[in-house]
Parts: sequence; structure tokens; C-alpha cells
Amino acid sequence: MSIIVYSLLALGGVALLFAAVIYFVEKKFKVVEDPRIDEIQEILPGANCGGCGYPGCRGFAEAIVKTGDFNALFCPVGGNDVAKKAAAIMGVEVQEKAPQIAVVRCNGSHEHAPKKVTYEGATSCAFAHMLFAGESTCPYGCLGCGDCVASCTFDAIYMNYETGLPVIVEDKCTSCGACVKACPRGIIELRNKGPKGKRIFVCCINKEKGAIARKNCSVACIGCGKCVKICPYEAITMTDNLAYISFEKCKLCRKCVSECPTSAIHEINFPPRKTDVKNTNEVEA
Amino acid sequence: MNGLKTFPLGGVHPDDCKFTAQKPIEQLPIPERVYIPLSQSLGASSVPIVNKGDKVKTGQLIAKGEAFISSNIHSSVTGEVEKIDEWIDTSGYRRKTVIIKTTEDVWEEGIDLSKEIKREITLTKEEIIQRIKDKGIVGLGGATFPTHVKVSIPQGKKAEFLIINGVECEPYLTSDHRLMLEKAEEILIGTQILMKAIDVDKAIIGIEANKPDAIEHLSKIAQNYKGIQVQALKLKYPQGAEKQLIKALVNREVPSGKLPIEVGCVVQNVGTAFAVYEAVQKNKPLIERVVTLTGNSWHGGNFWVRIGTTVQFLIDHCGGLPTNIEKIINGGPMMGKALVSTDVPITKGTSGILAFTSDISRRVKIYNCIRCGKCVSACPMGLEPVTLEKAAENANWDIAEKYFVLDCIECGSCHYTCPAGRPLLDMIRLAKNKVNQIVRSRVQ
Repeated sequence: MSIIVYSLLALGGVALLFAAVIYFVEKKFKVVEDPRIDEIQEILPGANCGGCGYPGCRGFAEAIVKTGDFNALFCPVGGNDVAKKAAAIMGVEVQEKAPQIAVVRCNGSHEHAPKKVTYEGATSCAFAHMLFAGESTCPYGCLGCGDCVASCTFDAIYMNYETGLPVIVEDKCTSCGACVKACPRGIIELRNKGPKGKRIFVCCINKEKGAIARKNCSVACIGCGKCVKICPYEAITMTDNLAYISFEKCKLCRKCVSECPTSAIHEINFPPRKTDVKNTNEVEA
Repeated sequence: MNGLKTFPLGGVHPDDCKFTAQKPIEQLPIPERVYIPLSQSLGASSVPIVNKGDKVKTGQLIAKGEAFISSNIHSSVTGEVEKIDEWIDTSGYRRKTVIIKTTEDVWEEGIDLSKEIKREITLTKEEIIQRIKDKGIVGLGGATFPTHVKVSIPQGKKAEFLIINGVECEPYLTSDHRLMLEKAEEILIGTQILMKAIDVDKAIIGIEANKPDAIEHLSKIAQNYKGIQVQALKLKYPQGAEKQLIKALVNREVPSGKLPIEVGCVVQNVGTAFAVYEAVQKNKPLIERVVTLTGNSWHGGNFWVRIGTTVQFLIDHCGGLPTNIEKIINGGPMMGKALVSTDVPITKGTSGILAFTSDISRRVKIYNCIRCGKCVSACPMGLEPVTLEKAAENANWDIAEKYFVLDCIECGSCHYTCPAGRPLLDMIRLAKNKVNQIVRSRVQ
């Protein structure tokens, strides 16, 4: 009997001692963390895609609580809803940001930019870009190895094997920008989605002179400048033989689309016109 | 052949296929137009000093290498500069190129064109290095590293050996082999000049055992030259790589990330030794080189080709390509690069143009890695290609760096030996490029 009593006392004593130590340490070395970090992390999408520029959603939540700057910090996946909720937690107002989407600025499909050589190396755009100009020998065009597809955490890009070009799935794209970083040629760009998803962009990034660009690809921007002249809003600029449409200035009037002699300017989600421009850079709704 | 020297680690034994070894070097006619790229050596590209419409003579300086690692470029023909525009290089990218329309062949004054061999070396050490720099000599083995940089020994270092690389371990290529047979005396004088430039009294010429005629010929003449020794080497790829050759000849190992001068060696190709002879003794700039044109079913021969001649011109001279050719490679079959077009010009680094038929030019189907470790035992640098490939696939650049990806010499032995046909070298090259970028950004 006495053995039980002694051991109970001894173990109980040890337990009390440890409890006291734990109590002391807990009080003395307490890590004070802003409870808003947890709250904000709760409302973030939790995909840890890195689209905001921080390592994961926790990092983003910490950054918001630390700086409170909603102009610089934006979760492209959660969009305005998340920004509003997070702002409510922080007790500030936010301005709405226009939703964006990734666009593939190359239309060098097998039909438009025929293959001149065959590539058999590793299936990696980054390596192919290091190695050579590409199967169509356009040094700016899509290499078609699918680094963008592999980089997408939202399953929003797939390769269309008929054209050899990546296709962005409009509903799934969160504009996190992973594909923009993955593409070694910088073909993919984040652009404003526009009202009802309507958008107009130059579907080419070739900076070579017109004649050379045209030799490799029938739908290349040849830098003729016709679109710049016809644009009533001065939204189009021409640098290094390449037109660029500013999505902030563009009013979606579509005048440039029909003016482009090589059909390099694409319109997406517009109602069809009588003379519809052939458009292989499709978008799945 | 067992007593011959070689490097101990790794290596492969591809069929040597030296079909054009018995064909003497022919002079290729001068083409109608030459395309001289402004970036022909490692390092920064050269700055053009001629303009559109200028008349140039053969051997006239047309572009200056202004950066430390950069080289001069000379006109290889006489004619008029048609334009300075972009023209495709081997990879299909456009680079700045001087395009010259040929009229005749008048050489710049002061260039000694006589056949006579000039044995006496009159220039001093500094003058030799300056001459090598002025005449735009670069390493003709393929890497095109500017020779004047290599022979300027950094302060605090001392060279002990000059190693002349006559290994030509790449299959098919025979340009160095023919040069050693036809210009042996000049190569040996060039070697002496290089010995004077780097201040050594010992030079070793390494030649692989599959060129017995060259070994015999050079050894015989080398008896008249003090301090030059010809050494036969066992047949093994990549013996011609700098670090492997040093290990084979003088049994020293270049430390990771260091240059051969660290172990007292300077390595130059036989073609470079010949070009140095011509520059120093004859005042002739580097405007032509020996190019082997061959393939698995079709053999052109060895040619003296003016820099800037298109591959198409060379092929046409040999009667055009047979229709079954599917792949044309610039350089050797192991390390060379497939051409995207035959309009590409031949540059200082082009040692051969190889044409292959479809039955051997295609890559094999890729299977999963079976972890047999063949690539590890084939790697002459003692790396683990399988680990590096996995790291590159997963974009794990720090792992790649930890496993010494930067030491890879891109010889392709791993890829050659892989039974699963995995693109090991492709991924390792990618990793090397990325790690290099990371290391550079860290320094800044």
C-alpha cells in the first residue's frame, strides 16, 4: 500500500514541478502574434501559388498586417472579394482592382508558322530557348514544350496539340502570374479582363523587321503602324517593330482588328461580325 | 595499347568513324558573299569598325574586341561591305553580322604569303602576346576562348607545361589530324612561340592512338625542337577536354571551378598552334580554318575554308547533299549542335560539318530512369548526372549547385551511355545556365 502512496506523491510532485516550469516559460517567453494574421489567412484561397509575390498565403497575411498597404498587396486569386474582406479586418477601405487574365501573345500555330526543323531534346521550354530559335525558327515564338502548363497550379492552361499553342481556360485562370514567370520568351502577359471578358491585344511579340518576321510566321506583327494611325484613343504604341495595345487606354472599338494586314490583333469574347477574322487563339469559356 | 596514358575516371568509347582521315586538305574557293558574325569567340562580341559601302581587303581588321575577353575579327575576303545586319547563327537566333560581297582576293600589305617556313622567333614575349591579340587568334578546338587571354599568365601563377591538344577525340572529325600531317613543322614552331609566350621549357603534344601516322610524323620532326615531346594516348572520349588531357598527360587534377593554370598547365589546340605560327611569323590574321565535311554515308573531305563562308556553299562544292540526309551538325557528333539552316556561316569555332541520315540521327525513345548508374560511371568529371537531371527537372537549383553542376564539361558521355535514352545533358545544361545566373547575381 505504502508503495502506491509513495509513488503517487513522487510522480505528483514531479508533475507539479514541471507544471510550474511550463507555466513560467509560457508567461515569460510568450510569442505575441497579431490575431488578424490568422483571420486574414482564413479568408485567403490557401492555394499557396505565390502569385502575390510572397511565399504562400501565410506570408501574404503577415505582410498585410505588417504594412496594411492594399495598393501594393493584392491576392490575384482571391481578387476584390478577398481584398474587401481583408480590408474589413484591417479596418480600411480598398479601391477595386480590375480583374486580370493571362493571354498568350503568340499565334504561331503549325498552320501559321510551319515547322522548319524538328526538335527532339528535353521537353522544357527553358532549355529549348537556350538551345535554338524554335521549330518555326521564329526567335520570339512559342516553343510549345509546355513550361506554362506545368507551372499552372489551377489547371488553367492546356496545350492544343493541333495548333501547338497553349490555351488559357478563362474560368480557371486566376491571373497569379506563374505562367508569365515560367515562359522563357515572355509570351504570356497579364491583361485586364475587360467588361464581359472582352479584350483586344496584339497576338505577337516579334521585334524583328516586318519582312523577316513574316518569313517565319504569316500572322506576325510586321510593325506597319496601321493600327497606330487608326486608333482614335492613342492606345497603341509601336516600339521595335512591334505594336502594343495599352489595356488602360483601349476602349475596345475594334477598329485596329480589321485594319491589321496580318490579323495579328485579336479580339476575344466579342459578338461575331459579318467579316470575321480567323482566330486560332481560342479561349474556352 | 594497354600501356598508353589516359584519364582514369569515366569516359566512353564511341566508334571513331574517321572516314576523311586520308583526304588531303583542299582549298575551298572563295564564295560570292561572306557572312562574318561579330560574335565568334567566348566573351563579349566585337565592335565593327567598318561601315556599309566600305572597301575591304583580305586580312583587314573589321571589328575590334574591346572587352577583356573578346577578340579581333578580320575580313576573310576582298570586296565591299554590303551591310552590317542580323544574320542567323547556328542556333537560329539572329546576331550582328558583317556581310561582304566579294570582288577579288587582294591581301592586306605586310602579310607574308610565301610557302617558306620561317623558323626563327624574333619577337619578344610581350610582342608575341600582342600579335596574337591583334590577329584575332582564338582557341580553334571549338570553345573559341581568346588565345591572348589564355597565354597572359595571371600574376602570382607560374606555368610549367604547355599542352598541345592533338587528341581530336570526337568521332568523324579529322581536321586536326590532317593539319598535323600537312603542317607539322608549322605546328611545332607555333608550339615554340607559345612556349616563349608563357615562359615554359616543356611542351607535350597529346595525340590519340588512332592517328599513328600523325604521332610518327610529329615525333620525328619534334626531335629537332628542344623541349617538345609527343605523347600517344589511349583511345577514349572525352580525352580532348582540357581537364581530362591534363590528367592524362601530367597526372594533375584541376580543382573544381579553377582554371588549368592553377596546376601549372596551359592547353592549346594544334589548330591554334598553327594559327599562332601564321600570326606571329607570317603576320597573317585568323581568316581561314580547316573544316571537315563528312557524315555516316557521305564523305566530303577536309577543306581550308574562309571564315564567313556558308555551310551551303561548302556542301554545294562537294556536289550537294544526298536526299536521305536528315540532320546536319556543326562540330563533332558528341558535342556539336544541329543546324537549323544551311545558310549559317562557318566561324572560327567550326571544326566540322557532319551530315547524318535518319537511321542514326534520331534520338531514341525516352524511358524512365532505371537507376543503373551507367551515367555516373561514364562521367569523366566524377559527377552524378542522374542526380543533376532530377534536380533540374524539379527546378531544384541549390541541389544542382551542391552536386557541382558547374563542373560539367558538357561532353555528353552520360547521355551517350544512358540505356533509357534520357536527355541528361539537356537538363544539366539548363541547370548549369540557371546556377550560373544565380551565382552571378550572388556576386553582385
